Amino acid sequence: MQAIPDWFQRLYESTGLNFTVFYDSYDWNRYVDGLKMTLILSVTTILISLVIGAAGALIQSGPSKHLRGLVNGFVVIFRNTPPLVQLFFFYFGLGTMLPATETASGMREPLLNNVEWAIISLSLFAAAFNVEIFRSGIEAVPRTTIEAAEALGYTRFKAYCHIVLPLAIRVCLPALNNNLVNLLKTTTLAYAIAVPETLYALKQIWSESQNVMEMMLLLLATYGILVGVLVWLMHRWERAMHIPGYHR
Amino acid sequence: MTRPLDSGDRLPVLLPLRLHGSERHHRLGAGSGVLLCVGLVLLVSIASAQAGRVTPSVLQVIAKWAPLLLTGFAFNILISALAMLLGTILGLGLGLGLLSDWPPVRQVSWALTQIFRNAPWLVLLFFVMFLVPFQITMFGLRIPFPDWIKATVGFALPVMANVAEVVRGAVRSLPSTQWEAAEALAFTRRQTMWRIILPQCVKRMLPPWMNIYSLVTMSTVLASIVGVSEMLTLTAQVHAAEGGRPELFAPLYGFALLCFFLYCYPINLWTTHLERRFQTG
Amino acid sequence: MTAWTADRPIVKCTDVRKSYGPFEVLKGISFSVRKGEVVCIIGPSGSGKSTLIRCINALVPITSGTIHVEGIDVGDPKLDKLALRRKVGMVFQQYNLFPHKTALQNVMMAPIHVLRQEKKAVEERSRALLAKVRLAGKEDSYPGELSGGQQQRVAIARSLAMRPDVMLFDEVTAALDPETVKEVLVTIRELAEEGMTCILVTHEMGFAREVADHIYFTDHGVIVEHGPPATFFTEARDERTQRFLSQVL
Repeated sequence: MQAIPDWFQRLYESTGLNFTVFYDSYDWNRYVDGLKMTLILSVTTILISLVIGAAGALIQSGPSKHLRGLVNGFVVIFRNTPPLVQLFFFYFGLGTMLPATETASGMREPLLNNVEWAIISLSLFAAAFNVEIFRSGIEAVPRTTIEAAEALGYTRFKAYCHIVLPLAIRVCLPALNNNLVNLLKTTTLAYAIAVPETLYALKQIWSESQNVMEMMLLLLATYGILVGVLVWLMHRWERAMHIPGYHR
Repeated sequence: MTRPLDSGDRLPVLLPLRLHGSERHHRLGAGSGVLLCVGLVLLVSIASAQAGRVTPSVLQVIAKWAPLLLTGFAFNILISALAMLLGTILGLGLGLGLLSDWPPVRQVSWALTQIFRNAPWLVLLFFVMFLVPFQITMFGLRIPFPDWIKATVGFALPVMANVAEVVRGAVRSLPSTQWEAAEALAFTRRQTMWRIILPQCVKRMLPPWMNIYSLVTMSTVLASIVGVSEMLTLTAQVHAAEGGRPELFAPLYGFALLCFFLYCYPINLWTTHLERRFQTG
Repeated sequence: MTAWTADRPIVKCTDVRKSYGPFEVLKGISFSVRKGEVVCIIGPSGSGKSTLIRCINALVPITSGTIHVEGIDVGDPKLDKLALRRKVGMVFQQYNLFPHKTALQNVMMAPIHVLRQEKKAVEERSRALLAKVRLAGKEDSYPGELSGGQQQRVAIARSLAMRPDVMLFDEVTAALDPETVKEVLVTIRELAEEGMTCILVTHEMGFAREVADHIYFTDHGVIVEHGPPATFFTEARDERTQRFLSQVL
């Protein structure tokens, strides 16, 4: 395993291509920590946005006109405004309005730190798209299937959980996967509020070591691989969820 | 309700997926409008409460700086328009490459599309900002590349990849009978593409193309992270100019949200409308 | 389950009316069905047959009139829908099997989720029901892999799993290939011969003539004429009935 760092050291000495990340342990750790943060952001925002999206879609197909209007407003606002500005609004705008505590040294410590605000803001952003996607999936379930469930004694909520939602997810899976992959890419915005994710870590490294191009290539490759892995996972999920005999 | 169906009909298991279905869901109805106003009023009042009476009120601050911020917003729109123009032209070429008969061209196009679609927009922006020099000397001429031009190119790259995908999708969605008919009439492949296929595709490409434009417009704020002076940068500067009071953050960024919303929402409404009109086609 | 004797009707509709806005679909329907009877409702499209069946099952609320099913008032605003649907099973024209579950799972779902019965017992009973509709061996097939007739039979088994006292059939063979219509009708006939109370909306005149105890002809939301098949098809008195019969027979 020591061969890899050695190879990169030799590469630097011979060609000047400086991939410090691979032979310097401090840089490597920073890079890995950045990756971990990207993964944490991605996984939590994906899960939270799925839950909010499903709940929003349930409300939108429900009876209450006021709740429907509320969800509709949420979707319209979050889909038509830049996610970066949403992030700033949450972190700077709402973050400073919320009460804060004081640390032992008298420094003001806000209630939610930047990672948490990033998760909240990005989850809401993605959830707005998910609500639309789930809604279109739900609308693809024919009225007669729901009638059949009703005739068997299912309440509206039970029918939603056991029949409508499973079918809706299977139908809208490609669009949903597209949205989740975009969410992975959108986590880079957290850089703007100093969340130490991959882009932030690599930028720090290239600011110090002046190896911008190499780190940039590494950055592109990293996200290429992350996105590739996520797309592969989504394809596996799509295949597992495939309804046998249903040809689209 | 129930009609006697053709015995040959096999009923579909599920209805087709319509991603931009009811217009009803996209309209800002009374309920959401009320929500918006209530939210704005709450925001302004909380901010004012925190600001106290001595300092100028939040609304006055916004009114004072609105002209400047709006010029910043106009700059964002300029960047988005240029990026869209450049990206569309490049994307058209790349899309044709994706559809090419020659495998090498197709594969290189596919690789380029994948690279620029899978990379986050911010990463591509950094890429262009850091790796393109701030000026180049060609034929004895010094051509400066100011930051905002580099940013525009940085935005044009993902636009190019997305437009290429849209072009490819639109061309492939035409029934193969069109190609067969053209071939039977002895059109060459290039003639078929330019005279028959692409003109029909323009209608299909319009809604997703407008969707891309909406995405680009909202992405232009990323340029503030790499130092381009656009609306978000100006907002931060305005905030500092007003003493950096924390209670001004929400209204100022709220103003930015409002501007983008008022610009992008009508575009998206129109896109949905066009999509429904073209759906029969 | 109280024994419903022959003199008390198990389903009784009295002056049922249903309007969608200004448009009145059912204009005062009254009839009753005794336990074990097989009743066929026939008529032209738009005469309100499907609406009527859906009203009996409380899928569609009625505007006025009363419907009683085994003593339960269907029009009661505080109706316990679950209790009603345990007594009334319904099979639709568009099979409505749940495509993401196998045939066996389709049959098992409602008793487990809705009635909260024990899984093993339900599974045994479901396998028996699938065998009864002659689909033993297809338990693990998905609806997409079954023919229309097979899907419809699974749908019948699924309704039977709730152990209803009355079965409603809404034009269940209208969407099937002619070859598969027969297998479904055979299944329904067997059900009828075992004593299940059946109300069928159907276009299959031959089937109605053979199996029904009573036939009702509806047109524009009213029952125009009714009678046992022996006399209905040959001695129809009303002009509308005669016209309809001459078109379909």
